Amino acid sequence: MRWWCTIYHIIFAEILNVIPNYLILQALREPETLTFLSLPDWDLLIRQARRANLLARICILLDERGLLEQVPSKPREHLEWSRVISEKHTQAVHWEITLIRKALAKAGVPVILLKGAAYVMAKFPPAKGRLFSDIDIIVPKGNLNAVEAALMLHGWAATHHDAYDQRYYRTWMHELPPMQHIKRMTVIDVHHAILPETAALHPDSAKLMAAAQLLDGYDDLKVFAPADMVLHSAVHLFHNEQLDQGLRDLVDIDGLLRHFSELPSFWHNLAVRAQELNLGRPLFYALRYAVRLLNTPIPSGMMEAAKSGRPNPLTLIFTDQLFERALMPTHNSCSDWLTGTARRILYVRATWLRMPPLLLARHLFHKAFISPKPV
Amino acid sequence: MNVSALSPSELKFRLRKTGIFLQTGSFITHLKTSISSVAEGLGLLYADYLLVEQQDGFADFHISLVHPRNLRRWFKPQVLFLFDGNPTFKPLPLDQAFPMLEWGLNWCISNHVNHCLIIHAAVVEKGGYAAILPAPPGSGKSTLCAALVNRGWRLLSDELALVRVSDGKLIPLPRPVSLKNESIEIIRSYEPNAIFSRKVADTIKGTVAHMKAPADSIARATEAVEVAWVIFPKYQAGAMACLESLPQSRAFMRVADNSFNYSLLGLNGFKTMTRLIDASLCYDFEYSKLDDAIEIFGSLKPQVPRR
Repeated sequence: MRWWCTIYHIIFAEILNVIPNYLILQALREPETLTFLSLPDWDLLIRQARRANLLARICILLDERGLLEQVPSKPREHLEWSRVISEKHTQAVHWEITLIRKALAKAGVPVILLKGAAYVMAKFPPAKGRLFSDIDIIVPKGNLNAVEAALMLHGWAATHHDAYDQRYYRTWMHELPPMQHIKRMTVIDVHHAILPETAALHPDSAKLMAAAQLLDGYDDLKVFAPADMVLHSAVHLFHNEQLDQGLRDLVDIDGLLRHFSELPSFWHNLAVRAQELNLGRPLFYALRYAVRLLNTPIPSGMMEAAKSGRPNPLTLIFTDQLFERALMPTHNSCSDWLTGTARRILYVRATWLRMPPLLLARHLFHKAFISPKPV
Repeated sequence: MNVSALSPSELKFRLRKTGIFLQTGSFITHLKTSISSVAEGLGLLYADYLLVEQQDGFADFHISLVHPRNLRRWFKPQVLFLFDGNPTFKPLPLDQAFPMLEWGLNWCISNHVNHCLIIHAAVVEKGGYAAILPAPPGSGKSTLCAALVNRGWRLLSDELALVRVSDGKLIPLPRPVSLKNESIEIIRSYEPNAIFSRKVADTIKGTVAHMKAPADSIARATEAVEVAWVIFPKYQAGAMACLESLPQSRAFMRVADNSFNYSLLGLNGFKTMTRLIDASLCYDFEYSKLDDAIEIFGSLKPQVPRR
């Protein structure tokens, strides 16, 4: 290719905002096309997917289409290795939830499962091939002490023993400091809201909990209603400081949307609920990037309705550049010269959304100069 | 083409520029490094291993050993192990680069491979029957393994027993045998022809050196074998060599304790382990003299098949 041709392409890729055709995106959008991949392509796809924690997911996508047998044996082995891990994770989540229920039985507090744990127990599609690092639950703020005490009695111990960290979580955050089981080393995050107390956005936790639905076959376990589940997923992703699991979270959202779209009036409820909880912006981003990166089918009416959460056009050009880089796996082959900067800017953005400026300054000051350094 | 087909300078050049695709057992590792001690270690201990042509294009693991970009490189240089570009361990002193490669390769397998039950154990074979020697560090497992493979036993692995879930067979992974402290000199004098890497002192395991795997074992790296014995070796100064029968139930739990992915494999882990123990005669083995150990191993008889 001539040099001017190259420059032309670079400029227009930026201006037209063409998303690079990364193999990992191809695999998630059109798994059926993977049977045409060459071995070097498989090599790269496996690496991208492993970094994004999506290897087992891709194994499932191929298996569901009956295509796994057509994958060359070497890459197929890697896919199957990761499926073993995800199956173990799913099993471990079931067991862990059994123990959490036992621990909280006497506290008489209704437990609402969040994110991955909810997808697994409700048997929603994003659960398939997913990996887990902890279990998240949400309980009414008034029950926090009872829940914490009950968990401690059953072997979960608080992490973050530093007095400042304790205050940080207990006064300003939306969750207790993560608790770890002393024998199994599993971690539970006990939330009382979906965003920090100090954040500008304040979705009403009481409304979310009131709409939560009992899981089939249980009288003590609930999950958020479909629209709320999507909204929480969106808030979690687009208010997160660390986006290294970003693509996995977007795949969750994609899976939920495809699954719920079969429910009558789901899209209408989603739009209404986003307004009601003041979560139009994160929903807009979730839908936008789900469509752009994963080709999620979303009715045009919904896209119109979501526009109320749209930032101004200039900001949007900017955020597109940021998110479409930072949501990619943290792999060399999915990064360009701006990726690092994009991640840093989004880190600052997320922290900014978490706390008002003065508190943020104070927090960063404490973390930088007063908190004991990890050894 | 084997690694030995490359001259030392060619090997160094390839490692630095494109990296090499090295076949060890059934795995292909793409390895890149500009550290010369690693190139030397590879040239010495991996001469008989296959280099896979790059256009075939698939590697199980992509690893590199690099100098971390920190101030220390000017006065106390270090080495960093990267798995597909990501640091997996804390950096070590540069002198430990080759042992770090060996440890890193073990990590790649024990952390990813799940079609096998992986046991921390040496595996040797004779006459179509394999002995698994699981043992915690310091029990003399590698010393015994090094002695056996210099006296007619085939080396399947010095560190990782790979038990295939589908048929219960042991998959070879012949790689250099890692020896520590006094064991290095013991094996050197036991088999003066054995080829050793340079000794590296002050590692987390003490002084280490690696012994080249026998060429025949490397050539037969695709031949899986049936297991016949599970033997827990224990070096005990001054002890008479003594093989003591071990109940299968105890052996089961002790092998499980030495397994990397027994619990991860779930039901398959249990089934594979049961099949392994059922097919094996299990022993505790105490020894102090290698010659006695070789003799006892030579008289091992496989289990008479049950009807």
